[in-house]
Amino acid sequence: MKPFSYERAASPAEAAAAAARRPGARFIAGGTNLLDLMKLQIEVPSHLIDVNGLALDTIEPTPEGGLRVGALVSNTALAADPRVRRDYALLTRALLAGASGQLRNKATTAGNLLQRTRCPYFYDTAQPCNKRRPGSGCAAIGGFTRQLGVIGTSDACIATHPSDMAVALRALDAVVETVQADGATRTIPMADFHRLPGETPHIETALQPGELITAVVLPRPLGGRHIYRKVRDRASYAFALVSVGAVVQPDGTGRVALGGVAHKPWRVEEAETELPRGARAVTERLLAGARPTRDNAFKVTLVERTLGSVLAEARG
Amino acid sequence: MHRLSNPGLSRRDVLAAGAATLAGSAASRDALAQEGVNLDAAGTLEAPSQPFHDTVRLTVNGVIRELRLDTRTTLLDALREHLHLTGTKKGCDHGQCGACTVLVDGVRINACLTLALMHEGDDITTIEGLGTPENLHPMQAAFVRHDGYQCGYCTPGQICSAVAVLKEVDAGIPSHVTHDIAGAPALSDEELRERMSGNICRCGAYSNIIDAITEVAGTRA
Repeated sequence: MKPFSYERAASPAEAAAAAARRPGARFIAGGTNLLDLMKLQIEVPSHLIDVNGLALDTIEPTPEGGLRVGALVSNTALAADPRVRRDYALLTRALLAGASGQLRNKATTAGNLLQRTRCPYFYDTAQPCNKRRPGSGCAAIGGFTRQLGVIGTSDACIATHPSDMAVALRALDAVVETVQADGATRTIPMADFHRLPGETPHIETALQPGELITAVVLPRPLGGRHIYRKVRDRASYAFALVSVGAVVQPDGTGRVALGGVAHKPWRVEEAETELPRGARAVTERLLAGARPTRDNAFKVTLVERTLGSVLAEARG
Repeated sequence: MHRLSNPGLSRRDVLAAGAATLAGSAASRDALAQEGVNLDAAGTLEAPSQPFHDTVRLTVNGVIRELRLDTRTTLLDALREHLHLTGTKKGCDHGQCGACTVLVDGVRINACLTLALMHEGDDITTIEGLGTPENLHPMQAAFVRHDGYQCGYCTPGQICSAVAVLKEVDAGIPSHVTHDIAGAPALSDEELRERMSGNICRCGAYSNIIDAITEVAGTRA
């Protein structure tokens, strides 16, 4: 790791202001992704703002009938909350499908959203990577791409977002609450939170410099069957090749979001109108315009079959 | 807050900083320069080359310890290199193997992926705090009885993890393989394998480890 100065933030607004004042500053909460990247000198912050002391670790009901999840609620605490297990089982299932028990105990809700890609070329500092070093090129394109993106990719980047939790939050239409450097607060729908790579793959979210996530709000419960199916190379503790998060209602309508295929949790609302017609019809619209590589073309088939399995389970 | 000082720069640092930094305005650049922080033409912060130090006070195995540390010191390195508690092992140092698992306020985490400074006031339990050679923790005794290891390197992490797993099950925390997440999770080999998947054993003592944990779980019930 490179040397960095360190402070403990006193309030969310002060943390945001401090981060905006200090180019090269980073917030640290769980640290499970950031410290990994700092050890490899992929992230090189000159200053860390420890936000763990901010009282953002509770889950409270909202007046609208949903839940407000504090940014610092651990992945374990969120997955185990009785209200989440009852009303947002998709979220519990997605969280439990990710990482290990130790990591879920430390990883936070906000940090999970902000975790960075697991593209091997992003991790290999000897390789060009437009995300790690803007303008240097993309070694993944034409490289080993089995794990990488099939849709929403660009000529600059074909990385995927690794989060399982974010897939569930996208399907549930969650909203991210933030505080900005000037103390103002705003909300960002999950649909707009993560960006596609385009020509600026190093800009991954809608957050502005210094902006701090304070909570994630779940809307009123949807009812229906909640299923998260993750397909990976090991039975546990591995990132998704493909994951399907679905909420399916008794009449066959519902919602579907995908992990492991794009730079953001992938959802196309129009494709959901095809749900009563089955997995093939949904997948054709959900992955229309996909540009898989020779190595990862199997993901398109895998999405359709995994979704087929999910829909069969929802009916059964 | 600490003032940045002596930001010795190299082209390599600047390049390494790359996308990880926030762009600064001309005004903030001037303000930072007054503090001794320099930005290159692209607004990239040049990483400081000298270490920063800070103090942290935490309880380790029941003893209050105050340490002055390089800010970069992980909890794992603080335990091993500063407190000389070498029972906690460094395996991958990237949160992948679980050899560094310790309990923080009773909760298991990877000590390699957290900074010591982030644990002000926390209560840390390492393998040395669970039991002693004369008075083994029941989980330590069960690992010995069931031969739940070969080389032993992963064992402190396995045991700390196993102790916490049983508490997590008691607390009703579900897992990926829990069939009904609305109810209380039951203990089974499948549940234990899933819950212990963050602890790798290269010798492959897994089945004996499961036997040891199952025995402790049974004798507690």
